[in-house]
Amino acid sequence: MKVEPILDIRSIHAYFKNNKAVTNVSLQIEPRKVTALIGPSGCGKSTFIRCINRMHEVIPGARMEGEILFQKKNILEMDPVLLRRDIGMVFQKPQPFPSMSIFDNVASGLKLNGLRNRAHLKEEVEKSLIAAALWEEVKDKLDSAGTSLSGGQQQRLCIARALAIKPKVLLLDEPCSALDPISTAKIEELIFELKKIYTIVIVTHNMQQAARVSDFTAFLLLGELIEYDETTAIFTNPKDRRTEDYITGRFG
Amino acid sequence: MKRHIEEEIFLLKEQVLFMGSLAEEMILLTIKIFIERNDTIAKEVFEREEKVNKLQMEIDEVGVKILALYQPEATDLRTILAATKINSELERVADQTVNIAQTCAYHLLKETPVPSLTEIPRMSSIAQEMIRKSLDAFSKRDTNLANSVLEKDEELDTLKSNVFNQIIGLIKKNPEKAKSFIDLMLISKNLEKIGDHATNISEDVIFMVMGKDIRHHAPVK
Repeated sequence: MKVEPILDIRSIHAYFKNNKAVTNVSLQIEPRKVTALIGPSGCGKSTFIRCINRMHEVIPGARMEGEILFQKKNILEMDPVLLRRDIGMVFQKPQPFPSMSIFDNVASGLKLNGLRNRAHLKEEVEKSLIAAALWEEVKDKLDSAGTSLSGGQQQRLCIARALAIKPKVLLLDEPCSALDPISTAKIEELIFELKKIYTIVIVTHNMQQAARVSDFTAFLLLGELIEYDETTAIFTNPKDRRTEDYITGRFG
Repeated sequence: MKRHIEEEIFLLKEQVLFMGSLAEEMILLTIKIFIERNDTIAKEVFEREEKVNKLQMEIDEVGVKILALYQPEATDLRTILAATKINSELERVADQTVNIAQTCAYHLLKETPVPSLTEIPRMSSIAQEMIRKSLDAFSKRDTNLANSVLEKDEELDTLKSNVFNQIIGLIKKNPEKAKSFIDLMLISKNLEKIGDHATNISEDVIFMVMGKDIRHHAPVK
């Protein structure tokens, strides 16, 4: 990697009590690129991504070994709340705060970070909704409940919420698996736009999606990193037979 | 929202059209060598061939990339297939012009001039027009234009047959100049082949637009 990685993951192992979910994975994430993690169910890709913003350790009995450097700093030495401000996350199922309006869903993170000025909040909410390609669809109903939106809109609302606090990295954990093809296409196009500013790590079990949206792809199998390369190389000429077998549908 | 694959396909088409413009220039340059008896122009043809060869590899690489990463379907799929096939045709057009340039520079222009045949410049201009129109048809997705190229091919074939017939007579009358006359035959054959490549490009365009394979059949009306 020619440029300085924003995330330098060094030999990490992740466990759920005595069960090892991730084994000795090292990889470097390039800034303002999309890195996709693919692999069959249970290969450890979601666990791996959750290690990056220390969400893994909040599960009782879960722990991680190894080192993850975010902008050269060891994440274990950082305040997890501040770390998650820089490394935002969007989950598989859209999770807008059920009792909040569209506006408040996006403003919530800003308010928690002390922003109270209504005009400023409004400005930031609008910016985030524009960045998440949702503004045009919701600008006339910002007071409606976040849950009143369609699944695809809810997922973009969650992305807007994550963007509002100006993260540097966005972790997307199967963000389209609950969405129809049109909503999926919108999220994918959004990812292309977002990578101009943000670093994106996306977990997907949809290989075609990884191929379409990412610059780099990592293939995980049984908790191990099998291959990590530019997406074009992975999908046209993978080096490892197991990667070839997986992407051609021979297993998984 | 514009789909990302559309941008990739747009860039692929741009590359093919650029390659086509180089091939067209090469046809013009070769006939200039022939008419002006100026072999220094051959260098310009050879330089363009290098660019064309490089582009051929790049275009194939982009085509493979789009196929592998986007799993295109329907029109998108046909456009990428057409672009990669047209890519090969254009590389062969460039090869034909190189053959003409070599025939002129290494043989024909070194011999005493023989009476030239008006059919050869005429063939060159038709071949160039066919390539230009077939690429316009590709760019504009215009099947009428593509069909007009198919119709033109017959004219080129007839001209080539005329050249062959005349040359047989000329060789009989001037056997000591047989070498130069055979060179003229080769050049007319090269030009006729360029027309065949333009025909193939037009057939690829019709497949791209309509999804119909008209090779070895009459033009689609």
